[in-house]
Amino acid sequence: MTLFYVFAAVAVLASMLVIAQRNPIYSVLLLIASFGALSGLYVLLDAPFVAVTQIIVYAGAIMVLFLFVVMLLNAPHEDTEFDEHVHPLRRPGAMRLGAVLAAALIAELAWALSRTGAATGGDFQVAGVSSVRAIGRSLFTTYAFPFEVTSVLILVAMVGAVVLARRDSGPSVPPGA
Amino acid sequence: MPTLAHYLVLSAVLFCIGTAGVFVRRNLITILLSIEIMLNAVNLSFVAFGRALGSVDGQIIVFFVMTVAAAEAAVGLAIVIGLFRHRESLNPDTFTSLKW
Repeated sequence: MTLFYVFAAVAVLASMLVIAQRNPIYSVLLLIASFGALSGLYVLLDAPFVAVTQIIVYAGAIMVLFLFVVMLLNAPHEDTEFDEHVHPLRRPGAMRLGAVLAAALIAELAWALSRTGAATGGDFQVAGVSSVRAIGRSLFTTYAFPFEVTSVLILVAMVGAVVLARRDSGPSVPPGA
Repeated sequence: MPTLAHYLVLSAVLFCIGTAGVFVRRNLITILLSIEIMLNAVNLSFVAFGRALGSVDGQIIVFFVMTVAAAEAAVGLAIVIGLFRHRESLNPDTFTSLKW
């Protein structure tokens, strides 16, 4: 129980600091801390495969990609016309509406969870499935087709990223590329 | 021991933080990071539900969500680089025209 609260506090605090930072590099590093806490929560949920994948894929690959782009663009600070220290509710126009919408979502989710709290109470009744063998067996039998489609998706994303990010090089580039 | 409700509340809190980040921030990279926070909140509830039902399907869905998140991050960051080359800015308010 203590471990749950420690991990939950780290995840929530780091996530709040992610959206409070002005410098995107700090945001990326804080998000890695948040992912580490979430990985600990996955271990508590008897899901070691997801925990390890979280560290390797998310913190190791995706966040490094973000760091590359942040350093490549070399534009650390937001250029905004308002004072960053002003409370979001007092900022002009769309920003105030966005803060109100986020507050409304928080209130709505709290209301929904307070209504279902009795139904979901109590400890976990059944034993969890923590073996990687079971995950692999299910992934390559029941979910074999989605798994193969995922590989096509990755290929498409790779080609798309290369096409989008390259510099235009003369007339060989077809229109719309 | 923490119950399913604990994990669902934590997931909801993380999702709200991500939503607030998308709405409030004015930096394309921070907005993409907020989307990652939301995806992770949903992953947490998938794993928690799978644990509560004693099934392996929750963890498999998380596997697919991570794959899609990687693809989304790659394409999204490529688009951010392309936009930055044109306007020298990361503020989404500067990208208001469909053609330049």
